[in-house]
Amino acid sequence: MREVEAIIERYGAERRHVIAILQDIQAQFHYLPREALLEVAARVRIPMIDLYSIATFYNGFSLIPRGEHVIRVCLGTACHLKGGTRLVEALERELGVRQGEMTSDGQFSFETVRCVGACALAPLVLIDGRYYPKMTQRKLTQVLARLRRARPAAEIAR
Amino acid sequence: MKIRTLEQLRALAEELRAARDHRPCVRVCGGTGCRARGSEEVLARFKTLLQETGLAEAVDVKFTGCHGLCERGPLVSLAPQEVFYQGVEADDVRAIVTETLARGTVIERLLAQDPVTGKHARREQEIPFYRRQHRLVLRFNGILDPTDIREYIAVGGYQALGTALTHLTPEEVIEIIERSGLRGRGGAGFPTGKKWRMARAAPGSRKYVICNGDEGDPGAFMDRSVLEGNPHSVIEGMIIGAYAIGAAQGIIYVREEYPLAVRTLEIALAQARDYGFLGEEIFDSAFSFDIEIVRGAGAFVAGEETALIAAVEGRVSEPRQRPPYPVHRGVWGYPTVINNVETWANVPLIIERGPEWFASLGTATSKGTKIFSLVGKVMNTGLVEIPMGMTLRELIEEIGGGAPPPREIKAVQIGGPSGGCLPKALFDLPIDYESLTEAGAMMGSGGLIVMDDRTCMVDVARYFMDFLRDESCGKCLPCREGTNRMYELLTAICEGRATESDLELLEELAHVVKETSLCGLGQTAPNPVLTTLRYFRPEYEAHIRERRCPAGVCKALIRYVINAERCTGCLACLQPCPQQAISGQLKQPHVISEERCIKCGICYEVCQFGAVEIV
Repeated sequence: MREVEAIIERYGAERRHVIAILQDIQAQFHYLPREALLEVAARVRIPMIDLYSIATFYNGFSLIPRGEHVIRVCLGTACHLKGGTRLVEALERELGVRQGEMTSDGQFSFETVRCVGACALAPLVLIDGRYYPKMTQRKLTQVLARLRRARPAAEIAR
Repeated sequence: MKIRTLEQLRALAEELRAARDHRPCVRVCGGTGCRARGSEEVLARFKTLLQETGLAEAVDVKFTGCHGLCERGPLVSLAPQEVFYQGVEADDVRAIVTETLARGTVIERLLAQDPVTGKHARREQEIPFYRRQHRLVLRFNGILDPTDIREYIAVGGYQALGTALTHLTPEEVIEIIERSGLRGRGGAGFPTGKKWRMARAAPGSRKYVICNGDEGDPGAFMDRSVLEGNPHSVIEGMIIGAYAIGAAQGIIYVREEYPLAVRTLEIALAQARDYGFLGEEIFDSAFSFDIEIVRGAGAFVAGEETALIAAVEGRVSEPRQRPPYPVHRGVWGYPTVINNVETWANVPLIIERGPEWFASLGTATSKGTKIFSLVGKVMNTGLVEIPMGMTLRELIEEIGGGAPPPREIKAVQIGGPSGGCLPKALFDLPIDYESLTEAGAMMGSGGLIVMDDRTCMVDVARYFMDFLRDESCGKCLPCREGTNRMYELLTAICEGRATESDLELLEELAHVVKETSLCGLGQTAPNPVLTTLRYFRPEYEAHIRERRCPAGVCKALIRYVINAERCTGCLACLQPCPQQAISGQLKQPHVISEERCIKCGICYEVCQFGAVEIV
């Protein structure tokens, strides 16, 4: 994989850079592809089991691909007090998947995050990196409907 | 340009100040809260409009760090007019340019208004939220452009470093920090000077300093705001610390969830290198030092210092037994000083103004100021900096403005998942390390979450336990198993399935986990349970004995009903109900079918007449 090669080059094939390398791979592919992990393990010369333990330990890594739109519900304390959990339940109902999963059509990935430090905006939802402050279940349903409509007709037909 | 001497730096500061002073300046808050509310658009609109009106050359427009009053963002302040506007939208910008900037007229509708007197406040200092604060670490946060080192230099930046390197020996620097009484702002409050002295004395061919920016406590964003708003104060503090202990390499460990902080730091470090504050022979001394950024990949436990070291070394972030402490055996086995972001940012101030000045602020054992993120069920959500020793009441009621009516404040959670919930009866407690610890909470890094009568304390304890069982690294048994079993017990209580003996078991388990866990995460994990049991036991008992949640939060124990007297029959709740559980005709009171209702609360959310009630 050429991209993986370039990322390893950027830091150097050393054990101490392995987390940074995985972070950049995650940023590029939105998950850690198996082939990428195998390549890192071979180049940096660390056992795959160690790499796997790092990839599953930190919350920032995902071993499964992500959907077209990534929805992240903040569950920091302020968001929890102001109804973040209800937003999680609303998404589970609307999307038909649990947190950490992707819808079968690949359109949405749904995750929760522990505090993004924008507590004045609680409860907060991030969709594709954009902040949606003081979210309600109602507004969330409307945003989802808009994203679904925005999908090109050709893609839906397929 | 490379700065070689203190005189050269002072001359540059003078020059930059002279060039800047007469120009009007628009400061748009670039903190995360304001950005999320559209301050980037506001900034862009200012730039286009000033271009159009031909004022672009005469007026400075810039993003600054967080101004603090996140609740009312986007915030804009104007100098030299000293006008503080809040809730500014892109469409307000034209009026600000044509009225305030061009003619000096103040736009009243954009000013903060005192909720009691109705008076408008023109300047920041006139707003109650700011009036009681003592902003030292944050003093330049709403003023400087964090991406331009010259602005920091203009206000005297890096002069403390110059003084330390050219006029003080490392031992003298340590003595100053010791005399100031500065204690770690990350949570435990260990004396900073003592830590430095131990690291200096420790044998080692290499030494490291680390800035712990793994702000993991949910509900806390102090460190983020300092890194985003004034990164050079942290960098300067680290260079001084490195000189004091004899380190040649520094590391800033910062969460990847803070991309703006990472970007700001990268820019700041590059600029500090350009000016010669990092690199070889800083200020023409024999001292050389540089800093690299390590991004955290998302692990709460990485805030614990030995776990942080593991993460820096590219391993799974698991803590280890202490001693040896990092000051003796840290990164790669070398002596390492790890201090929190806010601690480092205090260092240049202490060198600049002297240890006696610093020690005159605060209480007998807790010196200086502390930054808190004041969030939750409070009017003025935001970032505040207060002198140590202020009471919780002053902070929550005067600065925070109390709970939004008609609700009433019940408790405050301080110190994150390792801290505790303190009841309103203890609000006269002074904020210092010892008082908070005695009450069962802890200073922590500075998250302060206000709770009202609609907050269930059992649910809060369960929330933190869910967080902790998820974040427990799993290395030691008491924490790994204990947090999971406590979570199960708390869930049973919230769902009305628990018995009295479960409560005893929970308490016993909490003490075991506290006493036998390996690191700080496990040792403090029971705090939310123990403090809520200590101060809010009747709430637990109501869940167990009466199968009732007094705050109306725990789903299994509540019902939604429509108050027929209040219901206007507007039909607004019928369509959004995902279960079609609500029936009714126009202008007739509606009814919720208890069988179909899944208690999602949408009807409660959409009803504008307060007719949906939780019983």
